[in-house]
Amino acid sequence: MQSHVSARRSVSADKGIDWGDLIREDRVHGALYTDPAIFEIELERIWRRTWVYVGHESEVPKPFDYVMKSIGPEPVIMSRGRDGEIILLHNRCPHRGNHVCVSQKGTARSFTCPYHGWTFNADGGMRGMPFPAGYDKVDRSTLGLGRVARVASYKGFVFASLAAAGPSLDEHLGAAKDALDAVCANSPSGEVELTCGFLKHKVKANWKFVVENETDGYHPGFVHSSIFQVSGSRITELYGDASQSLARYLGNGHTEIDLRPEFRKRGEPLSWFGTTAARLPQYVSQMNEAYGEEKAREIMIDGVPHIMIYPNLFIAEIQVFSIQPLAVDETVQHVTALQFKGAPEINRRLRQQTMGSVGPAGFLLADDAVMYEGTQIGVGLSNPEWLFIGRGRHRERLDEQGFLVGNATDETTTRGIWRHYRSLVEAA
Amino acid sequence: MMATAATDVALLQDVTQFIYREARLQDEHRYEDWEALWADDGVYWVPANGEGTDPDLEMSILYDNRSRIGLRVRQLMTGRRYSQMPKSELRRLVSNIEILETGSDSVTVGCNALIYESNYKGETLWASRNQYVLRRVAGDFRMALKKVVFVNNATPLYNMAFLV
Ligand code: FES
Ligand SMILES: [Fe+2]
Repeated sequence: MQSHVSARRSVSADKGIDWGDLIREDRVHGALYTDPAIFEIELERIWRRTWVYVGHESEVPKPFDYVMKSIGPEPVIMSRGRDGEIILLHNRCPHRGNHVCVSQKGTARSFTCPYHGWTFNADGGMRGMPFPAGYDKVDRSTLGLGRVARVASYKGFVFASLAAAGPSLDEHLGAAKDALDAVCANSPSGEVELTCGFLKHKVKANWKFVVENETDGYHPGFVHSSIFQVSGSRITELYGDASQSLARYLGNGHTEIDLRPEFRKRGEPLSWFGTTAARLPQYVSQMNEAYGEEKAREIMIDGVPHIMIYPNLFIAEIQVFSIQPLAVDETVQHVTALQFKGAPEINRRLRQQTMGSVGPAGFLLADDAVMYEGTQIGVGLSNPEWLFIGRGRHRERLDEQGFLVGNATDETTTRGIWRHYRSLVEAA
Repeated sequence: MMATAATDVALLQDVTQFIYREARLQDEHRYEDWEALWADDGVYWVPANGEGTDPDLEMSILYDNRSRIGLRVRQLMTGRRYSQMPKSELRRLVSNIEILETGSDSVTVGCNALIYESNYKGETLWASRNQYVLRRVAGDFRMALKKVVFVNNATPLYNMAFLV
């Protein structure tokens, strides 16, 4: 099965781009967010080359289940094969290019193209074409659906790369694996699920504004002050000037805001979730049973991380986002509630809080969205040409594990993202 | 179900006037007046991905109980709900109003709505099928349910931080 994708669009647009001219340690140039030619280069060198988050195994629980996902702007079908393996197919008929799947999800042993009726197995292989005498001596093995070159999972999170060669998923995730472990540890079964459907929230802004915002600890106290005020939330403390939380660069573009120092100071289980152990007795006893009281207490104090796994998987305590670039100035955030397998009591609350917070009408995300859109408009203006990302440079330091950290509100995360970006786009 | 024609017409007129009033309060961002239209156990529901099967199990764009409706209004009134600063310029048309069911203390109503929104992004049209359960309270109605099903609710949508 061959992949038709990676060599499809060759980019000549970057002739003459000196990336060092656009990306400096404390400044980036506005054109990086507005130039369509740069967006094309990003598609080639980031979205069609590196590991990109696609979906979660729990979205296709049974053999032959499928769900429509994407890698960058391109749709892909994520399905489960006969033997339980995860398969990613391009939704493009090898005959004349029509789509072979038009529904968002379902169960199918085969896909049939509506144009001339070619049929494909769940693994993409050619199954049959009408009036086959017309294809005498044609090699059918070359006429299957395109299969995504590399697919790999970590803890149920499915990633893909359209490039046949490159670093392994393990190498790409690096330190982010610990964060995914920590996410799953909050589930009494050790497993998480994404089973309640997605909100698709579109913004008129470049995808990098979205990525950078996810671990920008400087904005929450301002952008979200309206909801914090009326809901009596304590979140502002986490992102204040006196907060002991840390902005951390984990390498390979991955960043996090580590809120544990603040949660540990409080020392109250489930404070990370804005609640108490008394309000979720069933969950707490499940956790105690699974991990023992001492370990369970530690997990429930630390909570779920706030981590941006480059370039598109953002886990924010109670919800999971997948970021999808559509155009240089158009991006979609697909978001759903994190669910802990076998823990209905907390899951219900996770869904309710997620619905309140995110999506087009969310108490939080609607306000982030106007900031992305405002910055997108702003970088199209001519003076000044640069964005300043130098906050906290003078107090950046290495933590015990050797990661670069800054204070909660520092742009250590943003600078890390840009260093990684530069290494990706410069690799021709 | 066969009430007299005169009763039907009078009820339809009352329901229509109520829905027009709600539409105007939303268009004009009169948040508190709009909030007063809700019953104490009101549910405000905007499903995602179709008609909405079970809002307790699946993500909705908005699924507010009465206290969350109040929170939404109070957030809008802080003056720092940035997704409505400046406020969207809105006018909506409501039509095809039909009484679907008449109970002893409530009526279920269906209608179509088209919202025209203008803001910094430009112009956006929002088309929906709406359903109301209106409870009779002291010669007026209160909303016990308002469900707004946008025809494109399975596709990526821009912000809708105004009242729909
Ligand atoms: S395009 Fe698919 S069968 Fe012809
Ligand atoms: Fe935010």
